[in-house]
Amino acid sequence: MSTDWMTAAETAAAVANRTTTALAATEAALARIAKADATLNAFTDVVAERARARAREIDAAIARGESVGPLVGVPFAVKNLFDVAGLATRAGSKINRDRSPAADDAPLIKRLEAAGAVLIGALNMGEYAYDFTGENIHDGPSRNPHDPTRMTGGSSGGSGAAVAGGEVPLALGSDTNGSIRVPSSLCGIFGLKPTYGRLPRTGSFPFVASFDHLGPLARSAADLALAYDAMQGPDDGDAACTTRAPEPVSGLLAQGIDGLRIAKAGGYFEANVFPEAQEAVGRVVKALGVTRSVELPEAARARAAAYVISTTEGASLHLDRLRRQPNDFDPAVRDRLLAGAMVPAPLVDRAQKFRRWYRARVLEVFEQVDVIIAPATPCVAPKLGQVTFTLDGVELPVRANVGIHTQPISFIGLPVVAVPIPLAPMPIGVQIIAAPWREDIALRVAAALERAGVARAPRPKDF
Amino acid sequence: MALSDPTTLDSYIDAVAAALGLPIDPAWKPAVRANLEVSLELGRLVDEFPLPDETEPASVFSA
Repeated sequence: MSTDWMTAAETAAAVANRTTTALAATEAALARIAKADATLNAFTDVVAERARARAREIDAAIARGESVGPLVGVPFAVKNLFDVAGLATRAGSKINRDRSPAADDAPLIKRLEAAGAVLIGALNMGEYAYDFTGENIHDGPSRNPHDPTRMTGGSSGGSGAAVAGGEVPLALGSDTNGSIRVPSSLCGIFGLKPTYGRLPRTGSFPFVASFDHLGPLARSAADLALAYDAMQGPDDGDAACTTRAPEPVSGLLAQGIDGLRIAKAGGYFEANVFPEAQEAVGRVVKALGVTRSVELPEAARARAAAYVISTTEGASLHLDRLRRQPNDFDPAVRDRLLAGAMVPAPLVDRAQKFRRWYRARVLEVFEQVDVIIAPATPCVAPKLGQVTFTLDGVELPVRANVGIHTQPISFIGLPVVAVPIPLAPMPIGVQIIAAPWREDIALRVAAALERAGVARAPRPKDF
Repeated sequence: MALSDPTTLDSYIDAVAAALGLPIDPAWKPAVRANLEVSLELGRLVDEFPLPDETEPASVFSA
């Protein structure tokens, strides 16, 4: 049977009940990549022999009657800032290609494989994750499966393209200021940015330690939940990783939205949006019966503080590379990082103090509501290479403005599911935001929207 | 003189680059300056927001 366009859960069920095999699912994924990636440019590395060997082990275990995990036989891929044993962790850069190959897989890869999944390869991304476009000067841009002349969004652009284009049903990305939610929105798929500290970042190349999150992208809310459940748990390698016990969510998705207090984000989140973002939020609000609006106080300042912390922590991370190899960076990234090195330190300290203030105010809002609905991006995918867009007669830079609605949320580490609204011809995402550690609530709402037919990952006509 | 003045900002960039040992090709400077202007403008939004003296930063060290 064909596993093309199957979700992860459907693929795992087919492998577990022996309708297909892990090897067949793996070969099908490799064939899809061979066909589609000439256009999508999602993959930078395909680990075909490793994947086949792993799939054969799984099939042998099934033949022996051994119990298998909830992601058995599911092909997946990871943004190339994850350590994959034997590969240099390039993080979208040229410079990192000189690093020694990783000795081991990142813990999240190990946890997905322990649940039965099969790693297929590593994915294109914006250089050092300082990107909202999915473009990459060294590897070429990842391309949007719904229109290859358009951006995937970044920085997890390859993750967005690989899942939306049907190459794999599941990918991992990272989200510092929006890098899971932006490509999810522009490519029309589901993405989960968990609570800051929920999933360990060990074995991944960092960007902004204060804000870095890892998480899954998929074509259904249930798949996000399956992957999230498989990846939870403490890890000593990440100082920010929680010691809270795992809180599985997969069994909760059928609960629906009964009893949840849901509001739309007003003010800042209603400004600077194109009609398509208004339409998408409107559909979600209508489907959920939302009648109230809440304001996240000082959201514009939160975005500003996130920007300041990001550019300075990024500069600090790369300071020595900026000294030694400035010509090996993407010039646009280099110039942002050089500028980040020059931001006066008191502004960074004040940004971190403001962050605590803002967190307290937003948690007060969450005493009144359980869920906040907001746009994921102000617009559908811009054209590749597009530098500006015009909104309300004002010309604005694309790169700086695609993340304006995601940054005030990740700034304080709130869990978010980006759900795809299948507008034609281009989809766009909406953020389902919950209080810290309430991924279950955000995923319940996402699943309810999916059941209602409001949220759906549309299949691109050419893939 | 405010840092928003381009000449002042260029001098500031030169001084910080020297202090940190960062090589900045003259051809890169307009882009570095443009990025720094954005950061300082957004930093000003943070700067002008009054917070109590006792406010702790988001991250709190635990021994």
